[in-house]
Amino acid sequence: MTGEMILTRNFARSDAHTLRAYLETGGYRAWAKAQAMEPTAILEEVKRSNLRGLGGAGFPTGTKWSFIPKSHAGPVYLVINADEGEPGTFKDRYLLERDPHALIEGMLIAARAIRSATAFVYVRGEYVEPWRRFSSAVQEAYAAQYLGHGFDIVVHRGAGAYICGEETGLISSLEGKKGWPKLKPPFPAIKGAFGAPTIVNNVETICHVPHIVNRGAAWFAALGTKTQGGTRMYSVSGRVARPGVYEAPVSITLRQLIYERAGGVTGNGRLKAVVPGGSSAAILTADEIDVTMDVDGLKNAGTMAGSAGVIVMDETVSIPEALMVVARFYAHESCGQCTPCRESTGWIYKITHRIVEGRGRKEDLDTILDVAKRGAGTTICAFYDGAVGPYISYIEKFRGEFEAMVLK
Amino acid sequence: MSEGDGYPGLTDPATTVFSEAQLAEVRRLQSLYPDPRGALLPVLYMAQETFGWISLPLEEYVATLFGLSPAHVHEVVTFYTLYFREPPGRHVVSVCHNLSCHLAGAPGIIAHLRQRLGVDPGETSEDGRVTLLSVECLCACEAAPMMQVDDRYELNLTPTKVDRILEGLA
Ligand SMILES: Cc1cc2nc3c(=O)[nH]c(=O)nc-3n(C[C@H](O)[C@H](O)[C@H](O)COP(=O)(O)O)c2cc1C
Ligand code: SF4
Ligand code: FES
Repeated sequence: MTGEMILTRNFARSDAHTLRAYLETGGYRAWAKAQAMEPTAILEEVKRSNLRGLGGAGFPTGTKWSFIPKSHAGPVYLVINADEGEPGTFKDRYLLERDPHALIEGMLIAARAIRSATAFVYVRGEYVEPWRRFSSAVQEAYAAQYLGHGFDIVVHRGAGAYICGEETGLISSLEGKKGWPKLKPPFPAIKGAFGAPTIVNNVETICHVPHIVNRGAAWFAALGTKTQGGTRMYSVSGRVARPGVYEAPVSITLRQLIYERAGGVTGNGRLKAVVPGGSSAAILTADEIDVTMDVDGLKNAGTMAGSAGVIVMDETVSIPEALMVVARFYAHESCGQCTPCRESTGWIYKITHRIVEGRGRKEDLDTILDVAKRGAGTTICAFYDGAVGPYISYIEKFRGEFEAMVLK
Repeated sequence: MSEGDGYPGLTDPATTVFSEAQLAEVRRLQSLYPDPRGALLPVLYMAQETFGWISLPLEEYVATLFGLSPAHVHEVVTFYTLYFREPPGRHVVSVCHNLSCHLAGAPGIIAHLRQRLGVDPGETSEDGRVTLLSVECLCACEAAPMMQVDDRYELNLTPTKVDRILEGLA
């Protein structure tokens, strides 16, 4: 099952990032069509398409757009989250480098739907080449008059902080502050960037929009499941034969993705575990991969679709060591604002480290589980819940392996 | 920390200023945001590109361009990993140590770099050529293990490839 390539259709062209190549392959036709549509008609079309946010939370895109207060008279901002940082995810990098005009066209249409005249694209600081590519595409779009006539794009570079991927942390950072997330409500759609109603969307989410306008909501919805339309880009890495980005309908199963697309486990080895949606998603065992990769399919399997970063582990991988690496990440990236998150991520990393070094204690495993479960759901942002996913699932699903290390 | 104590160079705030052209660029950047403070991160990048790193006097200078307190700028500079608060080497090598790179042998790559450069992550080689860092996922996991060398991503690393890359760094 290969399915239709939509977002990735031009990736093989070496000039895919140029305006000329984009126009040759039908670019900016959706924008022409959308200009003849009422903003509410665009919004309704996106709603009916069942497009769901592809940045992590999976929120229905059209519904999010409809939260912008109708009576609002002042500015409304569109903010594109290009701060890709979820471990195991690399799809937005491909889109920025290889199809930047798709993002610009999607932004033009989205901005019309939410009546925004200004957008900010927040690009991860380390993404220098993607930032350059996207910035030159923006310049081309200005020169060709797509931009500058009632809609402007400001490209903004982050400066190294995973937490700025969280939408309210991103907004703080865009405002020239440290990237501390804020309590919701108010949601950004009511009070976001610079105090104005703001829609934050992921790069890939917005890249889908021109296709929905061109080919219709029904077509898009039919590509996916009942509750999520379309394809998405799966980033597959770890112990697989062909790591890379694979576009597939969201109804693909994890097994198909690993074995039919990514070439199976490295060296025909035996699968041990898979993280299906970026490092914040709960881990699945080799017996749990017959799940569909849509938001609800993975939710029902006790994990999440997240950013669709699939990290594959074979028999050679030590799960306690993998947890230590993941725990180090959360300890480093906690913004430090909430006590449960700041303290637990630090201490849990220290505990996993001593377990891996052979200095673990019998009670360590239950301590981690207890601390993790208590803090879950108590913090300002979802970062900590994203850390709790791996803490609990790695230990509960591979308890024997952890015990063998602490009971020596 | 007193000036000159661990913050070599730039101890004379009078030298820590932008040219007229740069000031015009600061104003242009500030005009892009509904609140000029939105330009703080980009202006800090400009400052770092000009002076190599961000000293306390430089933070104070940038604060004056925004009418912000030096404390605010300090808080921002210290929050993000891409602003250097001491002079880095001529090149910065950041090796990813997150999960996919770890599974593909990042610990071996880091050990190799430590041995070649004679430094631990977080340190700069004696000749001032390379600062070595060990960092979180750079989101190029399909090409693990990988590292960033200044602006470039270097992918699918092996010790031999690392050696070749190091040889190319002046
Ligand atoms: C800790 C954390 C990190 C996140 N990182 C990203 C990210 O790198 N990119 C992204 O698009 N969304 C990220 N998100 C999700 C955003 O908060 C937000 O839901 C998303 O950008 C909305 O766009 P969407 O609806 O199009 O997915 C993150 C969320 C959390 C809690
Ligand atoms: S949960 Fe963690 S990352 Fe999120 S605001 Fe609280 S301390 Fe910061
Ligand atoms: S784990 Fe190294 S680039 Fe993602």
